Amino acid sequence: MDAENLELGADGGETMTTELSETARVARAALADVAPEPGVAKPDPIMSAAGVRRSFGGITAVDVERVEIQRGSITALIGPNGAGKTTFFNLMTGFDTPDAGSWAFNGKSLEKVAAHKTAGMGMVRTFQLTKSLTKMSVIENMKLGATGQTGEKWWNGLLPFRWKAQEKLIEARSDELLRRFKLDHMRNEYAGTLSGGQRKLLEMSRALMTNPQLVMLDEPMAGVNPALKQSLNQHIKGLRDEGMTVLFVEHDMDMVHDISDWVIVMAEGRIIAEGTPDQISTNPAVIDAYLGSHQGKSLLEDL
Amino acid sequence: MIAGILDLPFNDILRATLSAFFGVNAMYFAIAAIGLNVQFGYAGLLNFGQAGFMACGAYAVGMTTHYFHISFWWGIPIAITYAVVFGLIMGIPTLRLRADYLAIVTIALAEVLRLLVRSVTFKKKFGGSDGINGFAETFRSVTPFDDAKRYKMYPFDASNGSVATVLLLLLFAVGALFAGRILTRRFSKEGQNRTLVQGVATVLSFGFILVISTYVEYAGLSFKAIVVGWILAAILGLFVYMLMKSPWGRVLKGIREDEEAVRSLGKSVYSYKMQALILGGVIATFSGIMFSLDRGSVQPDNYSRDVTFYVLTALVLGGAAKVSGSIVGPMLFWGILSFADVFLNSLFKEWGNQIGIFGWKFVSNSSQVGMIVQGMIGLMLVLLMVFRPQGLFGNRKEMALDGR
Repeated sequence: MDAENLELGADGGETMTTELSETARVARAALADVAPEPGVAKPDPIMSAAGVRRSFGGITAVDVERVEIQRGSITALIGPNGAGKTTFFNLMTGFDTPDAGSWAFNGKSLEKVAAHKTAGMGMVRTFQLTKSLTKMSVIENMKLGATGQTGEKWWNGLLPFRWKAQEKLIEARSDELLRRFKLDHMRNEYAGTLSGGQRKLLEMSRALMTNPQLVMLDEPMAGVNPALKQSLNQHIKGLRDEGMTVLFVEHDMDMVHDISDWVIVMAEGRIIAEGTPDQISTNPAVIDAYLGSHQGKSLLEDL
Repeated sequence: MIAGILDLPFNDILRATLSAFFGVNAMYFAIAAIGLNVQFGYAGLLNFGQAGFMACGAYAVGMTTHYFHISFWWGIPIAITYAVVFGLIMGIPTLRLRADYLAIVTIALAEVLRLLVRSVTFKKKFGGSDGINGFAETFRSVTPFDDAKRYKMYPFDASNGSVATVLLLLLFAVGALFAGRILTRRFSKEGQNRTLVQGVATVLSFGFILVISTYVEYAGLSFKAIVVGWILAAILGLFVYMLMKSPWGRVLKGIREDEEAVRSLGKSVYSYKMQALILGGVIATFSGIMFSLDRGSVQPDNYSRDVTFYVLTALVLGGAAKVSGSIVGPMLFWGILSFADVFLNSLFKEWGNQIGIFGWKFVSNSSQVGMIVQGMIGLMLVLLMVFRPQGLFGNRKEMALDGR
């Protein structure tokens, strides 16, 4: 009886990961013929970078020769600590400027584009250390995310009739997103009263308020319990199903395996490997630099 | 000793205290605090140069007759221009940097401005350390109050005409409604009939204000600035209140919490900070205008560092990031200050030109009373920070959340 149940459970888990949505199948099919080598060109890149270099003093934090992100896919960016993943995020979104190189979003060069303008272009990021605006309510956090608000000009702010209608639409959209991310019961609480996991959810849903085409998540699963990880996984897959492109930094290899269509591996500022999750987990360079030869085994096994 | 205290002229002390509540000082501090609240309370900008913005207004109206030889009313647009330029000079180099840099630059620039206008080199333009006189006549002749008369705030006083009576009663009613709402929100318990509680609170507040008003009276000359100034404070308070309810205010509060997050959501943080700095400065400029109109003169040393920090103290006392806090804070600040001053001075006289307990004299000279009062302000601020860091109107729940 018990053994049967266990097997059933395992089966259930198996079907969950193998049963691909329509968009996932399309994304994987598009990437199937792409050669698994660093800097390879993608059939339909939404973001591309070439020769991007950034050094802090004597240390070269990022030195990316070529990289492209496939539109409509979930791409994971992995690598050891200090590999330059977050710096790369900062460079792409304008929070930091590279010493050299060019990078583009939707074919448009992002050189000299200020950080705040990238969100309007359809590119939004989250942060490794969650930035919830603690002394504002959850709904205010959400409403802040909407771009192109008339009332955000101070002279319009004085004339409620000019922004009240738009505000209602924004509020409705916020409520819808809060329901989807199961934060609707915290709607009117201060964001500072949320738990760590809830803050991650809030940050992600707030980012979605900008109506992005590319969502860049910096360690969305850090410090999140397994059950919530499952639902976060579903949420991220949901983004792709809605036509968004996701690029995320993560250390949890199970999750990377589960949801990503393509994996990019960074080490010491360079991109050392690219490929589908299966290709990556058998790539000797990745095992050396990041996964370690004991990957998949319990830490106690060797003792 | 106890008998001595009971003999003090309590009526006079009460009159001085209550008059200070609504007096010129409270009025011009309130306007400056409303402006500082936009910068410090909502946007989190540490502006330590508010006195500089106030000086912009004062010198703008002063220079109209003294240097430009144009009508006094041009002083208002000139004041706004000065404040915008001053804000840009402060903001452009610092607003991209961390908050501390703004604090350093603002305090320095306000001082530079003061030293510049009091310098001998520019005496022709700014009047040097003597300042500028004789520009307030236009304003004084426009306001419908008689210099020679004294004006009481009590609506049924003989000095008031029937129009004034009705206006004052109306004003008191608004104040009572406001006070009633705050009292109900703060003190009503679960399960009580809120309408009833609020009704009782409003009626009690109205009675209280009426009783207070019998004590409050001003000389006609300063009454002009007081009336115009408080109307201005109310308008500017409403202006800030509406702004902070709008999406613009939401962005500002977001910036106070975390700039980077707001930037990632597509808002130009630099531009918003600049807007907040300049808007707050333009509001503060009216504080300088009203103060100099009451004085009838502009003096550089009225806009020194201590004014900035007193305004900040008054704002924190009332509660930052609350419009009501920025108005009531300065009233309480000057009320307490003048109570301490008058009380200690009458005690000093009553006890035979000294104040001391158990043979230990700690005031033996009337000029020391002022210093004791200053010390009390410092103590008050320390106690406030320890026991009620959110100020009187601030939100305790908000305060308890950690900054990040």
